[in-house]
Amino acid sequence: MPEVERRTIYEKSCCGRRAYSLPATDVPEVPLDELVPAGLRRAAPPRLPEVSELDLLRHFTHLSTLNFGVESGSYPLGSCTMKYNPKVNEVACRLEGFAGLHPYQPQALVQGALELMYELERWLAEIAGLARVTLQPAAGAHGELTGLLIMRASHQAQGRDPRRIIIPDTAHGTNPASVVMAGYEPVAVISDARGGVDLEALKPLLDDDLAGLMLTNPNTLGVFDENITEIARLVHEAGGLLYYDGANSNAVLGISRPGDMGFDVVHFNTHKTFSTPHGGGGPGAGPIAVRDTLAPFLPVPLVGKTEDGRFFFDDDRPQSIGKVRTFYGNFAVLVRAAAYIRGLGPDGLRRVSEMAVLNANYVMEGIKDLYEVPFERRCMHELVASAAPLKEHGVRALDVAKRLLDYGVHPPTTYFPLLVDEALMIEPTETESREDLDRLIEALRAVAAEAASDPQLLREAPLTMPVRRLDEAEAARHPVLRQRFPEDGESCA
Amino acid sequence: MADETYPQELKYYREHDWVRLEGEDAVFGITWFAQDALGEIVYADLPDVGDEVIAGKPYGELESVKAVSDVIAPLTGEVVEVNDALEDEPQRVNEDCYGEGWILRIRMTAPGQIGELLDVDAYKAFLDEA
Amino acid sequence: MGRSVTDYVPHSELDVRALLDAVGAQSIEALFEDIPEAVRRREPLALPAGLSELEVLNEMRRLAAASTPATSLVSFLGAGIYDHYVPAVVDAVVSRSELATAYTPYQAERSQGVLQTIFEFQTAICELTGMDVSNAGLYDAGTALAEASLLAGHQTRRGRVVVSAGVHPEYRQVLATETAHHGPRPQVVDLAAGAATDLEALGAAVDADTAAVVLQQPNFFGAFEDLGAAAEIAHAAGALFVVVGDPLAMGLLEAPGRLGADIVVGEAQAFGGAMNFGGPGLGYMAVTRKLMRRLPGRLVGETVDSEGKRGFVLTLQTREQHIRREKATSNICSNHALSALGALVHLSWLGREGLAELGLLCARKTAYLRQALLAVPGVTAFTAGPVFRELAVRLPVPAAQLVEALVPLGFLAGVPAARFAAQLAGAGDLSGVLLVAVTEKRTRAEMDAFVAAVAAHLASTEADHA
Repeated sequence: MPEVERRTIYEKSCCGRRAYSLPATDVPEVPLDELVPAGLRRAAPPRLPEVSELDLLRHFTHLSTLNFGVESGSYPLGSCTMKYNPKVNEVACRLEGFAGLHPYQPQALVQGALELMYELERWLAEIAGLARVTLQPAAGAHGELTGLLIMRASHQAQGRDPRRIIIPDTAHGTNPASVVMAGYEPVAVISDARGGVDLEALKPLLDDDLAGLMLTNPNTLGVFDENITEIARLVHEAGGLLYYDGANSNAVLGISRPGDMGFDVVHFNTHKTFSTPHGGGGPGAGPIAVRDTLAPFLPVPLVGKTEDGRFFFDDDRPQSIGKVRTFYGNFAVLVRAAAYIRGLGPDGLRRVSEMAVLNANYVMEGIKDLYEVPFERRCMHELVASAAPLKEHGVRALDVAKRLLDYGVHPPTTYFPLLVDEALMIEPTETESREDLDRLIEALRAVAAEAASDPQLLREAPLTMPVRRLDEAEAARHPVLRQRFPEDGESCA
Repeated sequence: MADETYPQELKYYREHDWVRLEGEDAVFGITWFAQDALGEIVYADLPDVGDEVIAGKPYGELESVKAVSDVIAPLTGEVVEVNDALEDEPQRVNEDCYGEGWILRIRMTAPGQIGELLDVDAYKAFLDEA
Repeated sequence: MGRSVTDYVPHSELDVRALLDAVGAQSIEALFEDIPEAVRRREPLALPAGLSELEVLNEMRRLAAASTPATSLVSFLGAGIYDHYVPAVVDAVVSRSELATAYTPYQAERSQGVLQTIFEFQTAICELTGMDVSNAGLYDAGTALAEASLLAGHQTRRGRVVVSAGVHPEYRQVLATETAHHGPRPQVVDLAAGAATDLEALGAAVDADTAAVVLQQPNFFGAFEDLGAAAEIAHAAGALFVVVGDPLAMGLLEAPGRLGADIVVGEAQAFGGAMNFGGPGLGYMAVTRKLMRRLPGRLVGETVDSEGKRGFVLTLQTREQHIRREKATSNICSNHALSALGALVHLSWLGREGLAELGLLCARKTAYLRQALLAVPGVTAFTAGPVFRELAVRLPVPAAQLVEALVPLGFLAGVPAARFAAQLAGAGDLSGVLLVAVTEKRTRAEMDAFVAAVAAHLASTEADHA
């Protein structure tokens, strides 16, 4: 079989070839040395590729064939909510009245954008069951940091500065990392036999130094913590605030609101729950909603509305923590979220969660005799299974994941949460059909059967991808992080 | 990767280090058990010559592709030599953990601590318990 | 039954029944039995009722039409977000669903497309900046600056970063907020006449507790900074030198890496990104080899597979939050990958000659407008020349007033500096100062008409006063 083309665009570069065209210069052609002082002028040009426009398109189209997205097949990547991303959102966010706006235009010229932000703030507040929202954070982790900074500002406004944030041992890795960036100290609390926070382990941690608790509910084990109101009561009694990691919101839209559970701050990963294409790693958006007592500390600006119906940026918020990113957040992502929420409405959103939960339970039912399910109860929108039963054949979760690639489905999240040995975290999402779910179940079952009959095959998988297993150890030992050019000299004479 | 062994002539520490005593100096490394648990080591973050290491405290980090582990000093002293070869070939810790995969040499400043180290039988018993 | 709302759920009623039977549940309700009654919501969310796709789009069109985009006017707005022409190939590539709808490339064997594009992006950023290592991208320049400050704090174990007032005020606001409780404290050094950083004041501010010195090139007011001199000041004190660099200017300007930068961060929105009301941006961050293991964010490396074939993987992941958790270099776990892809496509379209040619075109047009504006009676230079794509002028009237007056004539005159008065306290009276940016989109005819409008407005206000 012929080799798969793997040259980089730099290796396809040909001297003097070009794709670009620019308008002719219609002003005096002032020489470069009058425009840029000698000491500041670039000595050697950056070695960008020289390709034709068709070369360029063929290059990236080829690369797209080496990739896999939600539209390629099932993508049950736990914790990531890889649902279908409606095309109408892409049309909406590209409208010139959104895409062509400059952030420093006079406010009278951006009323439509402000109205969209104003409405979206209110919709997200309603979904969260809380009072106010900032749309500024660029991602979930960024929302976490923003929320923690707000919690800290609120404590300080009351003349206290407790330093510890409790995080369950099932938490996303971003939680402890965000805690440290907010200048706080993370403290772990263990989980109980049903997968929730262990209340007896929690109680001794509730002291004067408690600033708050971060929780995902349903948690990363895919189960709803039934003790949530008791946890909230205990934390509040000790003077702490509750932070809701909204990564798993797809399970509870319109069914249970974090604010009603007792949470004070909530972030949404709008790219997950409200359907922006993940883009291979972003951009997403991580708005946060807060209880009314925390609203004074939200980043500036918020969007306000005058009595005569004009929208404006409200910068006059003296207790605000400041700004967590430039301008107003990932606006184009927020347009997609607004279009999505507007289209689905309250009934559609509720149905999203109902079907997401139904689909996850269906997959659990279909595989639980072959993969261990550590918590024997209904799961929410995702399930955590364990490949531990396959260890007797010398097969690990990693091998299962790699073999699933050969079956045309994207593997689940592996080795997370850390609490579960050989974890496979499966989130089918609501947009998968019954046939898609059956195919996923069949693939997982077939791989489990192969683990017994031909374990070596699994350890060598994948067999049908553009590359076989890659040497990650060598990549880390001797990092090659950029194109190397011949003799590190000029790419063109 | 070599077979599981624990040489008779070495001393051991509960954090899965081994120690070779050479006069005023002590040489440190990690045991077969420790390197096996870490997996393929890809990077060693180690102190400089002249730094102080303190018994029971981390003196560096060993990284595999998807894990990081502190390396805990079994004895207190000043670093007199670092195994520079690990910079380019950290996998020596996997391939030959008692030989070319040694990590540090220190000049002991509290030799009294030697009495607290385990001999090979005590370390093997410790591993069996765990 | 008609279908007036779309929820993208494929199940029919029969499917739902079959799935419920399979899981042994009587009803959908039964699936949620673990949620205590006290926190179960029984009434629908108070949101507008759902719509068909056509109606959604109509509603979005209504909102879009309620704004007047800068792209429909003759705009001189810049200050961090620039209206450059984005070639058609960019949207064609970023719309490829295999790339657009993929997650972070954790399963390397099925993600070679995204991984290779990130590797190529890292290369482009290294080439532009003259640095050894670039990450896969960050959110925006403001958060990238905060990450640079944290990195410098970790590396030097020092307590302050000295930041020029010529660094974008919003970047400095983000820096101050994000590092309020963690990392070095920012300290601002004012500008000298002509709007470049006061190097004497900089030298006086730097001491043994300085983790880093931060300058922007060209700076917020469009002035060129003497990076080499600032680097010397930083390094003499054992501090790192951080440059907030405009990557589009790097086609003409010397790479910061050749002038002593240890860390280069900035905003790459101008490559492949629409203005989008300011977001998403595309932060970038590049460092020297020495700082590689302290770099936040994703990194892609080249390796081989078990048969010796070339491939790419996420690497040095032990820096990141999902492994090192509270000891991670940062909490970040996304990289605006799709924006980075757009930037790579745009840069590849320009190529090495196109980038310099684009820069030259912008610089010539900006020089033309500068000269014309300064010829208007009452207008003086705030930024000393030469400049690249943006400059500040001082008007004899409040800048905001001019901006407002010119909108009905179809011009967005620029960004009034007084908007950032709180962050530019050391710059004196800013009420008349206007930032004016010129991209390749502006024609000579538009600039001539703009200058005439400015002159007419100033003449009429003077007449009012007389």
